[in-house]
Amino acid sequence: MTTTQQPQPSAASTGPTSTEHADETRSSPGLTKEDLIRRWYQMVLARKIGERWFVLNRQGKAPFVITGQGHEATQVGTVAALSAGKDWVVPYYRDLGVALALGMTPDELMLNVFAKADDPNSGGRQMPAHWSHKRLRMVSGSSVVGTQLPIAAGLAWAAKLQGHDAVAVTYLGEGSTNQGEFHEGLNFAAVQRLPLVVVVENNGYAITEIQAKEMAIADVADRAQAYGVRGAVVDGNDLIEVHRAMQIAVQAARRGHGPTLLEAKTYRIVPHSSDDDDRRYRTREELDLWRARDPIDRLRKHLLEARILTSEQADELIAKAAEELRGAEAFAAAAPDPDPASLATHLYADSTTPSTSSIP
Amino acid sequence: MTQTSIAEAIQSAHREIMRDDDRVILLGEDVEAGGVFRITNGLRDEFGPQRVFDTPLSEAGFTGAAIGAAIGGMRPIVEIQFVDFILPALNQLISEAAKMRYRSLGAWTVPLVVRTPYGGGVHGGLYHSQSMEALFAHVPGLKVVMPATPADAKALLHSAVQDPDPVIFLEHKRSYRLIREEIPDPLPPVAIGQAALRRDGQDVAIIATGLALHHGLAAAEQLQAENIDCLVLDLRTVLPLDKPAILSAARRTGKVLIVHEDHLTGGIGGEVAAIIAAEAFEHLDAPIQRLAGPDIPAMGYHPALEQAFLPNPDTIAQAARRLAAY
Repeated sequence: MTTTQQPQPSAASTGPTSTEHADETRSSPGLTKEDLIRRWYQMVLARKIGERWFVLNRQGKAPFVITGQGHEATQVGTVAALSAGKDWVVPYYRDLGVALALGMTPDELMLNVFAKADDPNSGGRQMPAHWSHKRLRMVSGSSVVGTQLPIAAGLAWAAKLQGHDAVAVTYLGEGSTNQGEFHEGLNFAAVQRLPLVVVVENNGYAITEIQAKEMAIADVADRAQAYGVRGAVVDGNDLIEVHRAMQIAVQAARRGHGPTLLEAKTYRIVPHSSDDDDRRYRTREELDLWRARDPIDRLRKHLLEARILTSEQADELIAKAAEELRGAEAFAAAAPDPDPASLATHLYADSTTPSTSSIP
Repeated sequence: MTQTSIAEAIQSAHREIMRDDDRVILLGEDVEAGGVFRITNGLRDEFGPQRVFDTPLSEAGFTGAAIGAAIGGMRPIVEIQFVDFILPALNQLISEAAKMRYRSLGAWTVPLVVRTPYGGGVHGGLYHSQSMEALFAHVPGLKVVMPATPADAKALLHSAVQDPDPVIFLEHKRSYRLIREEIPDPLPPVAIGQAALRRDGQDVAIIATGLALHHGLAAAEQLQAENIDCLVLDLRTVLPLDKPAILSAARRTGKVLIVHEDHLTGGIGGEVAAIIAAEAFEHLDAPIQRLAGPDIPAMGYHPALEQAFLPNPDTIAQAARRLAAY
């Protein structure tokens, strides 16, 4: 029962197509004008925070950063179809926009990049962008890719056993869909018809490897058919389309119709991380092509053309985002660092110190 | 007086636990039909296919799903058919389950039990006979128990399911129906992390786990006739180790023999020996000795190859005798 929408060629291998049409009547059920403005603002803020993280890295204030500029429409658009705080979310390191759209505050995001003690994600234990937030039901992930899929299936399973109508959503890159755990987790969820949505943010690159080195198919969503779940492909740079596809997937999950594998074709316009130099594996021309279909510009254009927002209002929102970021950075920079004496806390429920060799 | 086997004890523990707590679910390969060792016989009929169910053959997938379910408020018990098959799930257990509480500052926790048979003596060959406790004992964030008696198997499974952290529950498969005893009712609880003194003695301390513990007790009986008085300590839990009990055994005897079926190098015996060397050195009258499987990949299938690998009462007695004479 694969319903492949909008099949597109592999993002990285062919570059953007010129099939986009500005359609003033486009919308997605469940997205009001106010929602669109709010989600666009979240995309702008996520972009600014990601850019700022890189600057802080180059200034020597953050040893490592990893972000997702270019993925904002996919990240914010999928979250817009969720019930924050009720649905389970298991993101990966690219998902600054997921965290922000779900409800993580700029203060918390900046505590995270500075690895401060009060960072709700991990208190400085994990690298930045390893998202976790109890209230938002966003479950901590490791740096090992693909492991989140069975865990998200398990969260969906728990919700089903408990009779809740919560769904579980997990995010991963197309490279991670080659891991055994992707396949094992999707199969488990399929057999149990679990309320799970798997969002693949296909940016065409697994660090330096183009998709053709990763798999012999153009659409990751084709993998859905092998497990008997729905697969869908969506233009990941179009927030409205992403939301529409995600809403279908979430509703199917909530109604007991089982998992969906949703592939969003997008592009990261920054290096993999602060330790990566993307000039060694992709051309500036390719990057420029994708900058021309920037998800934030595209939604802005739509908002202006549909007269949902004026150009002045858009500029005001951009200035507001910059202001919010400045305040959050100042707050987080001054926050306390982790205490080395806390090294062994939260190892087990019933202990705070590890066993150590002791000399009598 | 009813003699209960380890297999029966574990099965009845499941029943009690699942009757008491409807968050407990049981999953694994072939568990609906009772599992290959019949440990889960009848549980599907009593608790239904929602709570007792067969998984696809994918240890990483269903262990990961159990981790997710544990985070989501359930209390899963995973049965891995043989510990030899657990390796695909190590990524989930080590990268995810063991680190979840730590990396989320306690926001997310994994109250999960992974039960799995280990050990040799059933002609299981290279891939149905291994002992892997040392692998898990090297992972902070996990707890690793390996009960040797029916009462302990039952009590420790209760403790493991109640534990808020992930527990690897290792069952010696040869001992399932070999070791029987009367289980007291009510059964006193056994805390994870507590060793048990099975026999007091003055001359040599035999520290062991699982089936090797019973071989150690048999060896101690043999040596009694030779006026060698052996203390036998059952570790029961190998992570965390019961340091006070280990040190007390060493101090009381001054001579220590550590026995395990797992092969020697990197085995849990090395850790026990290091604890004694660091903290009871002045009490030692002889070098600490280890008796373990040889450093080969695993025990062979042919009975002769299998027996040559395994410790037994005679080899333990011989090693203890040498220590006593030191």
